[in-house]
Amino acid sequence: MKKVLYRHLFSKVLGFSLLLFSTSFYAQEEAASTEVVAEDVSAAGGDAAKGKQLFNQNCAACHALDRKMTGPALANVEARLAEDEGLDKEWLYTWIKNSPGMIKSGDAYAVKIYAEYNQAAMTAFPTLSDADIDDILAYTAAPPPAPVVAAVADAAGAQGDSSGGISNEIILGALALVFALLVIMLILVNNTLRRIAEANGVILEKEKAQERTPIWKAFAQNQFLVLVSAIFLLLASAYFAYGWMMQVGIDQGYAPVQPIHYSHKIHAGDNKIECKYCHSSARVSKHSGIPSLNVCMNCHKSIYEYKGNPEGPSADDIANGYTNEFYTGEIKKLYKAVGWDEENQKYTGESQPVEWVRIHNLPDFAYFNHSQHVSVAGVECQTCHGPVEEMEVMYQFAPLTMGWCINCHRETNVKVEGNEYYEAIHTELSKKYGVDKLTAAMMGGLECGKCHY
Amino acid sequence: MASNKKYWKSEAELNPNDSIVEALKQNEFTEQIPVDEFLGDKENLSASTTNRRDFLKYVGFSTAAATVAACEGPVRKSIPYVVQPDRIVPGVANYYATTIADGHDFASILVKTREGRPIKIENNTEAKVSGSANARVQASVLSLYDSTRVQGPSANGEPIEWKDLDNRIKGGLTAAKNSGKQIALLTQTYASPSTDKLIAEFKANYGENVNHVSYDAISEDAALNAFNTAYGERALPDYDFEKAGLIVSFGADFLGDWQGGGYDDSYARGRVPKHGKMSKHIQLESIMSLTGANADKRYPMSPTEQKIALAKLYGKLNGSNVGGGTSDVDPAVESIAAQIRKAGSKAVVVTGLNDINAQTVVLAINKLLASEAFDTENPRYVRQGDSAKVTKLVADMNAGRVGVLIMDGVNPVYSLPNSADFVAGLDKVDVSISFAFNNDETAQASKYVAAASHYLESWGDAQFKKGHYSLAQPAIRELFDTRQLQTALLNWMGSDKTYYEYIKETWSAEVLQESDWNKALQDGVFAASIAPEVNEESLEVSADEEEVQESIVPIASAIRSLVNTTSSGKELILYSKVGMGDGRQANNPWLQEFPDPITRVSWDNYVTISKADAESLDMENYNVADGGLNGNYARLTVDGMVLDNVPVIIQPGQAPNTLGLSFGYGKQAGMKAEMATGVNAFSLYGNFNNVQSVSIEKAEGTHEFACVQLHKTLMGRGDIIKETTLEIFNTKDVHEWNEVPHVSKDHQEIPVTSPDADLWQEFDRSIGHHFNLSIDLNSCTGCGACVIACHAENNVPVVGKEEIRKSRDMHWLRIDRYYSSEESFEQDNEKKDSMDGLWGDNGSLGGFREMEDAAANPQVAFQPVMCQHCNHAPCETVCPVAATSHGRQGQNQMAYNRCVGTRYCANNCPYKVRRFNWFLYYDNDEFDYNMNNDLGKMVINPDVNVRSRGVMEKCSMCIQMTQKTILDAKRDGRAIKDGEFQTACSSACSSGAMVFGDINDKESKIAELKDDDRMYHLLEHVGTKPNVFYHVKVRNTDEA
Repeated sequence: MKKVLYRHLFSKVLGFSLLLFSTSFYAQEEAASTEVVAEDVSAAGGDAAKGKQLFNQNCAACHALDRKMTGPALANVEARLAEDEGLDKEWLYTWIKNSPGMIKSGDAYAVKIYAEYNQAAMTAFPTLSDADIDDILAYTAAPPPAPVVAAVADAAGAQGDSSGGISNEIILGALALVFALLVIMLILVNNTLRRIAEANGVILEKEKAQERTPIWKAFAQNQFLVLVSAIFLLLASAYFAYGWMMQVGIDQGYAPVQPIHYSHKIHAGDNKIECKYCHSSARVSKHSGIPSLNVCMNCHKSIYEYKGNPEGPSADDIANGYTNEFYTGEIKKLYKAVGWDEENQKYTGESQPVEWVRIHNLPDFAYFNHSQHVSVAGVECQTCHGPVEEMEVMYQFAPLTMGWCINCHRETNVKVEGNEYYEAIHTELSKKYGVDKLTAAMMGGLECGKCHY
Repeated sequence: MASNKKYWKSEAELNPNDSIVEALKQNEFTEQIPVDEFLGDKENLSASTTNRRDFLKYVGFSTAAATVAACEGPVRKSIPYVVQPDRIVPGVANYYATTIADGHDFASILVKTREGRPIKIENNTEAKVSGSANARVQASVLSLYDSTRVQGPSANGEPIEWKDLDNRIKGGLTAAKNSGKQIALLTQTYASPSTDKLIAEFKANYGENVNHVSYDAISEDAALNAFNTAYGERALPDYDFEKAGLIVSFGADFLGDWQGGGYDDSYARGRVPKHGKMSKHIQLESIMSLTGANADKRYPMSPTEQKIALAKLYGKLNGSNVGGGTSDVDPAVESIAAQIRKAGSKAVVVTGLNDINAQTVVLAINKLLASEAFDTENPRYVRQGDSAKVTKLVADMNAGRVGVLIMDGVNPVYSLPNSADFVAGLDKVDVSISFAFNNDETAQASKYVAAASHYLESWGDAQFKKGHYSLAQPAIRELFDTRQLQTALLNWMGSDKTYYEYIKETWSAEVLQESDWNKALQDGVFAASIAPEVNEESLEVSADEEEVQESIVPIASAIRSLVNTTSSGKELILYSKVGMGDGRQANNPWLQEFPDPITRVSWDNYVTISKADAESLDMENYNVADGGLNGNYARLTVDGMVLDNVPVIIQPGQAPNTLGLSFGYGKQAGMKAEMATGVNAFSLYGNFNNVQSVSIEKAEGTHEFACVQLHKTLMGRGDIIKETTLEIFNTKDVHEWNEVPHVSKDHQEIPVTSPDADLWQEFDRSIGHHFNLSIDLNSCTGCGACVIACHAENNVPVVGKEEIRKSRDMHWLRIDRYYSSEESFEQDNEKKDSMDGLWGDNGSLGGFREMEDAAANPQVAFQPVMCQHCNHAPCETVCPVAATSHGRQGQNQMAYNRCVGTRYCANNCPYKVRRFNWFLYYDNDEFDYNMNNDLGKMVINPDVNVRSRGVMEKCSMCIQMTQKTILDAKRDGRAIKDGEFQTACSSACSSGAMVFGDINDKESKIAELKDDDRMYHLLEHVGTKPNVFYHVKVRNTDEA
């Protein structure tokens, strides 16, 4: 019976993993076939792979292949122009290298395009050679399919995900079964032994329950012990009560749900955007500032969808629903808020300010100035805000208590080098304290009035 | 040994038969408790399924729930801009140069804005003329956020669209043009080249029947007309008091609103002794004005006496006999004439008498003297009101000759003495429209109300003085659906230009002379070089001279009529207060709570009377048990007009037989109930004459004043306000007039500043910054701009009349005013020093009692007092929670969140500068001022806490400003220059009385001032070592 059970199990696991492998094989085959196609096409003109690189460097800010952006969609642009407008490659060379010149010269189609796209002339690219343009055109004619990587990643993800789930459950189930079997075996053995003993005439005497005082009674009778434990209990509860009360009003780890799921991990982590690019007022103001939506649109005018990171979404991401579609949806929320009409690449003028939930709430009676810390002291944002570049959901990293501030002021040296303001005061103070480096506290950074007014 | 004593609890127990005793043995109460009575509805109660236990469960649960819920912080939202304007960085203030020209106040100013909200007014130091903001201008930023503002146009009380309003007005204008009826514009003084041009174009558009009437609520008619006669231009002469060695003023309150005001800077600069010299100021006046309080020699005189004295002075200077016989004023005139002769062209004479003869004579005297301080070539345009035209307009209206009446910046129904006639006439006008800020008396009487923009929401320009231009730009978009008159006029003329474009065109064409518009806009001011006009000028001058020759005849007649002035009964002087002006900002709680510099009374106007007159009328002022000042009511009758229930203040220095009453109060319409204070003096302003013949009688009842200063005199304590005369200052050693107090140690007298006299260890303050504030009592005029600036900068709450009366005022900075009880403070000191024993003629009991009363014509001294930031602060040592502590930079710091409100510090403070929050002053309907509504809260400075109930607060030496200066320097990586450190009060002080800075910077102005001989500390003998110091007041009492 045992053997049967195991055999079933084995076959199940085997079957499942076979199935999985086979699907991933299929996926890879598909990918391979598309790649082949791509290579075929690119062989005709320029080098599509090189073209892609050039396209991303020079064109992607204003053009996409399959949709209108600041400029028109460029998929198959060469063929389209040849068919619809009867324009040849030469026209394209001239246009790309000197579009304003063409508009000036009054070229019909150039003027038409110029008028159609809000009279914003395309930047001239005189540095691109004809070969470069060929490469780009090759890429636009048959772009190496981007989804390949994603598809593989998806498949790999699915595989990892499913196999992981099954193996865990099965292993756990198997273990439980093994233990149950062991217990049953133990009982069986015990019974067998007992029967053998009975058969041999051995009498098993039960231990006599002695008349002992129960332990709780003994405890209750020992008054010293009661006193000690009472004191201990009181102290312990006081300790915990104090600990609990001290955290009242401290929101460390506060990670509210925001109206738009903005991932610092993607922006600051994966794409390595500098913190102060968006939070620019941290340099000059007391507020770090939540970036206004026009700052978002600097990039998101051209980044209209989320394409995922090269390694593919992790299992956690998938579990949390952070799929590419999800992120793209969040970008659409941004468009709605800022009033961006994707179709026509225009602002509609109907905007809806985003009501972010404020995470770091310093009380009104505490004055904090970002620029003092960021610009003057050169403190890294992460010192107080934690590993923001790893935060999918932003949370409050530091306790923001006065003790926390004060500790840092005691320990941190003032960055006096190259700052003329500190010159005189630094020499005199270091003489006074007999130290080489000055902490913020030595500069008077612990005085009440420096933060409370 | 058991005792057989029987104890009884009440007498009743002695009687064994008492039923109550029996009942009490059984029950706790003798009668059934009437539970039903206080529980109410018994039926409902018994029907309820909630029993006592359930109730307790609910109570327990809800208490616990509330406790737990309280531990959770609220969810705060943070809403960024959708498109952030590139000039706005949240948390960083922007400054814009603009101009206030509201018809009463004219100044070039800077507006501080935070996140687009104007929050403070600063002086424009680029401006050479009128670059300083007085108390009213400082407070005008709060008027922007007045919750009673008119928020949109209306017709007959019904809201209406601007479009419809425009059509109806245009219809009215066309109808009037066709019918030949008058189109009248009744406006404030603009002094605006663009507006003048615009009105001229409007005239051209709607024909010659357009009549523009400028109207100043407080008229300067006489001065304008006199100047017009003498110099051919309806304007006001300008005076530079800095150049004057001798200033003789016949009732001119030139530190107040006289001829548009703005003279305090130049006056104060001349008052500081430099190289042994300072100006001398003689004042002849009836009421005790701010100017009179600053005078070296003050003669209380009725207006009649002033006129006679003026005529006689002219005679003396001119060497002619003007007649008039002998009078009481002769000695004064004799002395003044001698001094003027000695001063020669350094002397200047001014008068505030609204009498064309007096004004003509004064112009003639200054011309005769060739006074250096007297400028007629570049006159001032800040008053243009023409009361004759106003009177004619009212007549025209009543005759039905006016088709359209457009009013802007005026409130004639309130401010005209014959306002009943005006209202009657208004009914006969076909179309009347008032550009109103509040729904005031005139707005309520007009058919159409056009919601007017605040000056901080408007474009504009002004020419205060010939060649000195100023630009106004909006610092915020219109908060409501409002418009300025000029925009509306452009619209009604069918122009599609904005007023901004119009100004720009005007300036490019007429003002800028090739200069850059953007530069002018950034600076806010533009001084035209007069060079091209010189030829024209000289022509004019020669023409003027001819006129002057001609006008000799008028002068002779002027003198004659002045000398022959007589008066019957009492004379009433109508004046304007520093805090209220003509009352256009009466709805501003900062100004209502601003204590008058002289009487120190807030939230009121009152009739001032001399002590002698008060005694004869059996009137008195007295303090009641809670310290509040009480006084009688009076009934004033002027020419049949009766003003009832006027509170009476007995004013030291008031000339006998005269009374004073200030304008600007008694407004009722469009006001918050709390702000509708005082009585309307305009109703007595017959003929636009500020001197009226009046009869006064005592009325029933007692008035409760809100006066912030209970004690009027110094009681001979000359070390509080140290003063000396110019003669002593110049000739004697510093120890004689500014001695450091001595204390006894081991029976040896040592100066209190010596380290031996110190109980405490001295901190090393030589490193870093060490802030000090210097206050020069010579140049402080007591104007109070600093008080309001402090209010605005530090979010000081308004507490209302009742609280002020209880001495719970919250002003961080007060300006103490002291009177001498003898002729001078010097004599006070002598009297105190000569006291001997308790009783007798020289006894201190009687002596001090006498010294509590101010003299009939006392010397006056002002002293701004704020936290002195003592290095050895008595407040710091008594705080049980260390909420107040000392910073290395010299500031005495106050951590509000640490304060538990014991008020020990306030009790231990020798300067009494700490203020306690007795109540919650924001979001509290009991204190319905600006901090109780969202609009009013927009003025709050985001860098300073709004304090809550139960905490102490006080002057912080604007630590938010010093910290910002330091941070800016650190960020730029540079050392701090002298003059960069400022406090709200020092930057508001245009007279230079308050100077702030770092004394560790040895090159700085403040370090120099600290080493000055005149430097002393307030109550130095206490040994508190303050970081605020004063400069000894020097009076120029040299006779001739």
